[in-house]
Amino acid sequence: MPNLQIFLVRSKLDMLRLVVLMLLLIPISAATLTLVGSAFKWHGVSELFGINATAFGAVVAEPGFWKSVSLSFWIGLITPLIALSVVMIFIAAFLNSPSFKWVWAIMKPVLAVPHAAAAFGLLFLIAPSGFIIRLLSPEISGFLRPPDWLIVNDPAGVSFALALVIKEIPFLFFVTMAALPQTDLRRTQIAAGYGHGQIWSWLISVFPAVYLQIRLPVFAVIAFASSTVDVALILGPVAPPPLSIQILRWMNDPDLAKGSIAAAAAIIQIGITLLALLTWWIGEHIVLHLARMAAMRGWRFKRDLPFRLFVGAIMAIAVGLVCFGIALLVLWSVAGVWRFPNALPEIWTFKSWVSQFQNLVETGWRAAKIAFVSSALSLMLVLANLENEHRSNIRPTRLAWWTIFIPLLVPQIAFMGGLSVLFLRLGIDGTLWSVVLVHIIFVFPYVYLTLADPWNAFDTRYLDVARTLGKSDNRAFWEIRLPILLAPVLGAFALGFAVSIAQYLPTLLIGAGRQPTITTEAVALASGGNRRLIGTYALVQTLLPFVFFALASLVPKIAWSNRRALLPTRMGQ
Amino acid sequence: MEQQAGLTPHKDGSIIMQNNGGIKQNNDGLVLQDVKILHNDKHLLGIDAAIKPGEVLTLMGPSGSGKSTIISAIAGFLPAVFTCSGTILLNGKNIANLPPQQRKIGVLFQDTLLFPHFSVLQNILFALPPGGSMAKRCERALSLLDDISMVEFADRDTDTLSGGQKSRVALVRVIASMPNALLLDEPFSKLDADMRDSMRQLVFEEARRKQIPTLLVTHDPEDAKAANGRILTL
Amino acid sequence: MPVLKKLHILFAAAMLAVTPVMADEPDPKNWDQLLEEAKGQEVFWHAWGGSENINAYIAWVGDEVNSRYGVTLTQVKISETANVVARVLAEQSAGRDEGGAVDLVWVNGENFAAMKRQGLLMSYPWSTDLPNYQLTDFENKAVLSMDFTESVDGLESPWGTAQLTFYYDSANPSFVGNSPPTSLDDLADWIEKNPGRFTYAAPPNFIGTTFLKQVLYGLVDDIAVLRQPADQETFDEVTAPLWAWLDRVQPDLWRSGRVYAADTTNLKTLLSDNEIDIAMTFNPGEASSAVIEGLLPETTRSFVMDYGSIGNAHFVAIPFNANAKAAAMVVANFLMSPEAQARKSDEAIWGDPTVLAIDKLNVEQLSFFDSLAPGEATLSAEEFGAILSEPDASWSDALDAEWARRYGAGN
Repeated sequence: MPNLQIFLVRSKLDMLRLVVLMLLLIPISAATLTLVGSAFKWHGVSELFGINATAFGAVVAEPGFWKSVSLSFWIGLITPLIALSVVMIFIAAFLNSPSFKWVWAIMKPVLAVPHAAAAFGLLFLIAPSGFIIRLLSPEISGFLRPPDWLIVNDPAGVSFALALVIKEIPFLFFVTMAALPQTDLRRTQIAAGYGHGQIWSWLISVFPAVYLQIRLPVFAVIAFASSTVDVALILGPVAPPPLSIQILRWMNDPDLAKGSIAAAAAIIQIGITLLALLTWWIGEHIVLHLARMAAMRGWRFKRDLPFRLFVGAIMAIAVGLVCFGIALLVLWSVAGVWRFPNALPEIWTFKSWVSQFQNLVETGWRAAKIAFVSSALSLMLVLANLENEHRSNIRPTRLAWWTIFIPLLVPQIAFMGGLSVLFLRLGIDGTLWSVVLVHIIFVFPYVYLTLADPWNAFDTRYLDVARTLGKSDNRAFWEIRLPILLAPVLGAFALGFAVSIAQYLPTLLIGAGRQPTITTEAVALASGGNRRLIGTYALVQTLLPFVFFALASLVPKIAWSNRRALLPTRMGQ
Repeated sequence: MEQQAGLTPHKDGSIIMQNNGGIKQNNDGLVLQDVKILHNDKHLLGIDAAIKPGEVLTLMGPSGSGKSTIISAIAGFLPAVFTCSGTILLNGKNIANLPPQQRKIGVLFQDTLLFPHFSVLQNILFALPPGGSMAKRCERALSLLDDISMVEFADRDTDTLSGGQKSRVALVRVIASMPNALLLDEPFSKLDADMRDSMRQLVFEEARRKQIPTLLVTHDPEDAKAANGRILTL
Repeated sequence: MPVLKKLHILFAAAMLAVTPVMADEPDPKNWDQLLEEAKGQEVFWHAWGGSENINAYIAWVGDEVNSRYGVTLTQVKISETANVVARVLAEQSAGRDEGGAVDLVWVNGENFAAMKRQGLLMSYPWSTDLPNYQLTDFENKAVLSMDFTESVDGLESPWGTAQLTFYYDSANPSFVGNSPPTSLDDLADWIEKNPGRFTYAAPPNFIGTTFLKQVLYGLVDDIAVLRQPADQETFDEVTAPLWAWLDRVQPDLWRSGRVYAADTTNLKTLLSDNEIDIAMTFNPGEASSAVIEGLLPETTRSFVMDYGSIGNAHFVAIPFNANAKAAAMVVANFLMSPEAQARKSDEAIWGDPTVLAIDKLNVEQLSFFDSLAPGEATLSAEEFGAILSEPDASWSDALDAEWARRYGAGN
């Protein structure tokens, strides 16, 4: 047990923070203990306390193990590297251009697209039998049948990384935009005034401050990319697959002995994710050093126009891939017969929608309920925490801050198994509330992450004014701070909602099959590879968070339509 | 004492009044007795002063001298790195340990800090002490706006007002809350030069008319001159 | 995509096994009382959810048992049956002896064997006492009493049968004028002549493993050895020709053998997209079903290997701690009814062969089957040839592991 004193620094009675930390830490610690126990228990309880490394030996001896490991590792690094570079350079190059707000407007709905849906869309687009080749065939390509090209599921994981990159770009874009108001952008102009190129000016003057604020989200991307399951199943290499998929296979094996192998592999997975994080951290220092040297030598990188256009094009492609992918989901959901190389379905039908309607509504509604309750509760906890920090005048220590984000940094595949055993033992699995509880573990950090910066950037003198006008702390909170921060609060809620909707493993494991949601259904159906059903389910899965993102951006605009200072166009930049 | 209050400062504003011993024992007004402010346990500044109803006391000092900290201390929202000791008497009652919302002290900041989500009228309604029907409250708020000739701006978005208009609304807002004392934290420094004079007039007149003890902190000698009262220099 | 947790299993291994109590268990011999007991119960049936047709069929079953017996049926759509095994095992290890999450599970082969071994099934024979069991062809279809090499012992109730079947488009130029390759030599020749147009599912997907077994059967001298548990030496010796055969075709497989299909549905999609020319399935009616759906052309036909093809049956089983055992039995019984079996055989619905003995049915029961006319893509009973029964379960694991070592490691 970590020293609680560290979390409670400078606070007399901080039960709230304690509750939150318990909520996040206890399940994860319990799950980790279970995991470690499992890994060492291959031959039964008797060897529990002897170090039995047999399970680890068995994992390492698995065919293709090192390839699986290196795959998870490099995907975990390349994804944030590309996504972060594109986002940063794009913002540097285009923040002040008139078209920027359009990009920003498109980016939000793209953020709402669940990973699995985006991956399916990409699959339908770029596969040899996919839309692009259909468009070119047979007239241009001459193909009467799909070419035997290794585009998706390629052994190096290129299409897999591509899917992750196009989904992480909107996420990093979102968190960067949230961080910008806390950064003095005039620094760029000063640097540009010295004759630096536009991008270079931004990188040396603004990026360091912004990066410090978005570092955690970047780490979360590393953790996610190195251990994701659903995207890997759709587009990832198969022989061998990334380690997360191997773990899943072992977990699914009815052969008992595979259980400890799965547990050992899960521990190795944690190690890989940590290694990727460590490598990134070293990379940070190297980049910092190089950038300093370049800046000290007075390099200007003046002629960056071609580069700016290049990055602009990459961004357009990334966003375009997601949007076209979604359009293809729509097409497939209403496609009857659609054989290669026809660019459009030969027969259109609503059969998929009609036949699935009842189930779509039922599981969609349940997913929405779980997402709504878990993000509402998370939001309340986050607000209570932030307000508590404000009133008690405390800031999270670094350790506390990182603790909140452990659920984002520990691979889900590594600890959900232990957690479901825990819930089962307590007899609380299979209920809506237990699913909500587990969702909160993953939703809370995202809501906190999104809201903390705008919340803390709030000019607290407004609250001083309210209090000097005789209003209590509570009234100042409800009537001043909350309404003024309506847009970021709703934005955080929408993001939490989207995070909850996309949860697959926790819903399945804790729900015990009794709480099927649109996401567990989509994945179960996807196992059959029926594109029409994938289309309908992935669309509904996309639509739910989209509705809340739309509301989150519309409601403040309507509520504050007559309040210029609160319009997002002014607040965002 | 009367003459002290009426003293005109020299051109350089250097008259220093740190002695209030001659003040007649009257419970009314704002009295700071042995108020000391520590920054991380290090002595920052101390002040003794008495401000009578309707009087404007000016506290002069360069930036960084801790002027604003005194305002925070008196109003009750001193940041936690500071500690404050001593007695703050308002109309005879020690308010030093009360939360800001119970002190009945109004503050005007450098920025107007009008609530951006409220209209002009709503800003004032928010400040009015609780009680009374909505119609009565509106009537009262409008009459306050009328005092500054801004009735027709009642439903306006505050962000669309000019700087001078915003300052006037901020003044009316603080007056609406019927404070027992008024603290002014360089409230004129961000105004255009031509607005500044009229705003000073308005604020000081209002303070005198309502018989509110007022403490002005500023680095601008013009402010002090316009306040036409005693001056303390840090 | 998968999931559950082998971690559960792990855990379970360390726990004391719990012996189910038999006293108050529902007794199918007393059917009327059981029907009474079942009324109002809710059955959570964990069944693979990857097929729209099958899900729709299960939904129909739900409507029927609800109106007939007052039983509520909910399909828990899963992606891997092994998840359910792990789930029940976890419940067992947590000491949940009743009120379990799973009432009925669609199962066969190694998952059934695992559940039976671990005591995860209702511990007394029940399926053979269900009224409709007498209508099944248990006398002639060995697969109904031996699930792979595990004796059924009345612990699971037959639902359907399966036989490994290949299908293709007969109008495809590579087949016009030729008969499809029905021997392993012909198949290998065909693959070499048509590079990139054949693949199978990557083991341990069941259709992939089955294909390996099918090839093995065609290459092994004495199939009796496959009925015994595999030891390393025998395995190496017996499977050497299999790897030689796979090595031979490997470079000419779809995607040059660097990627394999995921499962049967994936194979069907690949055929439908014209990416490959031959697909395989465990459901002999699947090709016709796909023709009716419009996924495959009218010229689609099926074939099997001339030395016979692997066949098995699939079942439904009830876990030891099921919450609604009586109702689960009612559902299992209904699944074996002529009406439900006929509907399941209908290629416009699903096309899964029946477990019933047609000659045992009376006129009324037969009438359900009257309107069924297998499509041209479905083989007749004579065309199917010999059924090769599943090898001992130990061969599956060994084949999967060796395949992974040779082709799954990305070498």
